[in-house]
Amino acid sequence: MAKLMYRDAIRNTIFQEMQRDPRVVVLGEDVVGGMGTAGGPEAIGGIWSTSTGLYDAFGPDRVIDTPISESAIVGAAGGLALAGKRPVAEIMFADFIGVCMDQLWNQIAKFRYMFGGKSICPAVIRMPCGAGYNAAAQHSQVIHQFVTNMPGLKVVMPSTPEDACGLLRQAIRDDDPVIFLEHKFLYGMSGEVSDDPEFCIPFGHARLARAGLDATIVAAGMMVGYAEAAADELARDGIGCDVIDLRTTSPLDEEAILDSVEVTGRLVVVDEAPPRCSLATDIAALVASKAFASLKAPTEMVTAPHTPVPFARELESAYLPSPAKIVAAVRQTLSYR
Amino acid sequence: MSMQLNREALTRAYRQMKLIREFEERLHEEIQTGEIAGFTHLYCGQEAVAVGVCEHLTPRDKIVSTHRGHGHCLAKGCDVEGMMKEIWGSQDGLCNGKGGSMHIADVEKGMLGANGIVGAGAPIAVGAALSAKIDGPDAEGKLGVAITFSGDGACNQGTTFEAMNLAVVTKAPAIFVFENNHYSEHTGNAYAVGTRDDIASRAEAFGMKVWRADGTDFFAVHDCMREVLEYVRVPGNGPAAVEFDTERFFGHFEGDPQRYRGEGEIERIRTTRDCIRKFRGSVTEAGLLSDADLDDIDTATLDTIEAAVKASRAAPRPGAANVLENVYINY
Repeated sequence: MAKLMYRDAIRNTIFQEMQRDPRVVVLGEDVVGGMGTAGGPEAIGGIWSTSTGLYDAFGPDRVIDTPISESAIVGAAGGLALAGKRPVAEIMFADFIGVCMDQLWNQIAKFRYMFGGKSICPAVIRMPCGAGYNAAAQHSQVIHQFVTNMPGLKVVMPSTPEDACGLLRQAIRDDDPVIFLEHKFLYGMSGEVSDDPEFCIPFGHARLARAGLDATIVAAGMMVGYAEAAADELARDGIGCDVIDLRTTSPLDEEAILDSVEVTGRLVVVDEAPPRCSLATDIAALVASKAFASLKAPTEMVTAPHTPVPFARELESAYLPSPAKIVAAVRQTLSYR
Repeated sequence: MSMQLNREALTRAYRQMKLIREFEERLHEEIQTGEIAGFTHLYCGQEAVAVGVCEHLTPRDKIVSTHRGHGHCLAKGCDVEGMMKEIWGSQDGLCNGKGGSMHIADVEKGMLGANGIVGAGAPIAVGAALSAKIDGPDAEGKLGVAITFSGDGACNQGTTFEAMNLAVVTKAPAIFVFENNHYSEHTGNAYAVGTRDDIASRAEAFGMKVWRADGTDFFAVHDCMREVLEYVRVPGNGPAAVEFDTERFFGHFEGDPQRYRGEGEIERIRTTRDCIRKFRGSVTEAGLLSDADLDDIDTATLDTIEAAVKASRAAPRPGAANVLENVYINY
């Protein structure tokens, strides 16, 4: 084990996989950084420091610094994958999904199905996402709700450095296209990370981050830390919560959610996305249809409001779910008789 | 006319063009009966481009096609019967009935898919070209290439521009083949393309070398592509673009009333701009192939198509359970 930041866990995992498998290729905007400038290649090394040193180690054929062209990046990742490579593409901000939606949704997600199962598209599209930096409406969004709805894509939301490592290695080795959603606010988070170069976390298996008998809190990505903080505060009052970290929203570990709710009978879903047609409503519907008899109270949903992400500190704080909002939601569901 | 083609190569080129022509003419008839579902866009008239390009390619070379893709698929070696069955929606089709006319692919053969989205193929081809660049040159020092076929409609899409720039910047061995058939769906280039009947100059402006040739003359296409491929296969040269002036004999889609056509236009292009008629005239005049040789190919082609249609009618239909297959490798 080694203590690493989330961003370094990602960078190290890509580095190790590039060393292990010559088919692994990185591409994206400024993933080298400084190309064509007086400062030269690696002057920046990726704006998130998740690709630092890759260019020096692997060269321009395998570390492809692209112009600002999101459609071309995702499309090229698709073409690389169909031609036998294992691309790891970066879309600098998940918000830019709007620019490349066709290549994501109509192309790489559907190749295998449209082609009758006779192709593989082992592309990883990394997308730094989420709010917390006062980056306003076009640089702060989560997008898991869209991509989870797209058949053919797998969707990963690591909440810790260890998960970032194990899930990314799995994503790179997976033969299906994977959307890998790194929460920007977690990049600086430190934690113990396995240094086993074969360490993978299989998709579709949630992690029980806290255990308790009184309520079930389901979360993913940055919301997991908030849910853990809420559970720890409630524990001081003698209230025990299961905190289920989904890890992947597609596939979804339905069993982990249903098993927990069957014990607790009370469900709180936390989602950084706006409330309509979301992960929160999806899980609420799952529990309502498959564990209705276990429910002792209406499901509480802690989500962003149906608004764009605002800029000012006070507004963004009000917009985001928080440990305090989750605590209140748990108390609300416990008060239902 | 190219003097570099021997009798065997000429025979193969004619057979391929004729195969595409009869495949499409037969589909045009069969679609009227209602037996074939969905949207079909026929390639008739443009055969010299697909064949003149693909005759130069080997299996390591990739192509990415369009919604008007049957010609490219056949020219790259997709199985005729598998394609016909796919268009019929059979479980035995090339894509198990999951794709249909607009999504025929055979990745093993380097055919990375027809595409229902205009302009979507160009970035995918650049990815395949980047893969060829990573693989590096063969024993003769030549790179594999990836070719994207685009119509004049796709030359207005942002994806095409992004892909051209990315290919130039990364020196990817990509070739942008623009088949200018003068219509973006139902709209003329005089309106929809700012540079009118000049697409190559756009590619040139992105910093790549360009060629232009008459897309209704197989030999012009074939000779031009020899030069283009010689250039792009050299490591470090990067991409190229080619514009072929060609004609679309049918409408945008089957069922298109084509009210946008000029009077006598279809008859005129069928008479004066038919690549197969021109090919036949050239090779018989030069004494390279005889009418009897070509007639034999015509007959054999019709037999091939008839057999493919019969097989498609008899082929097994997919069932409801097949809907759920092939979304993921594991989930």
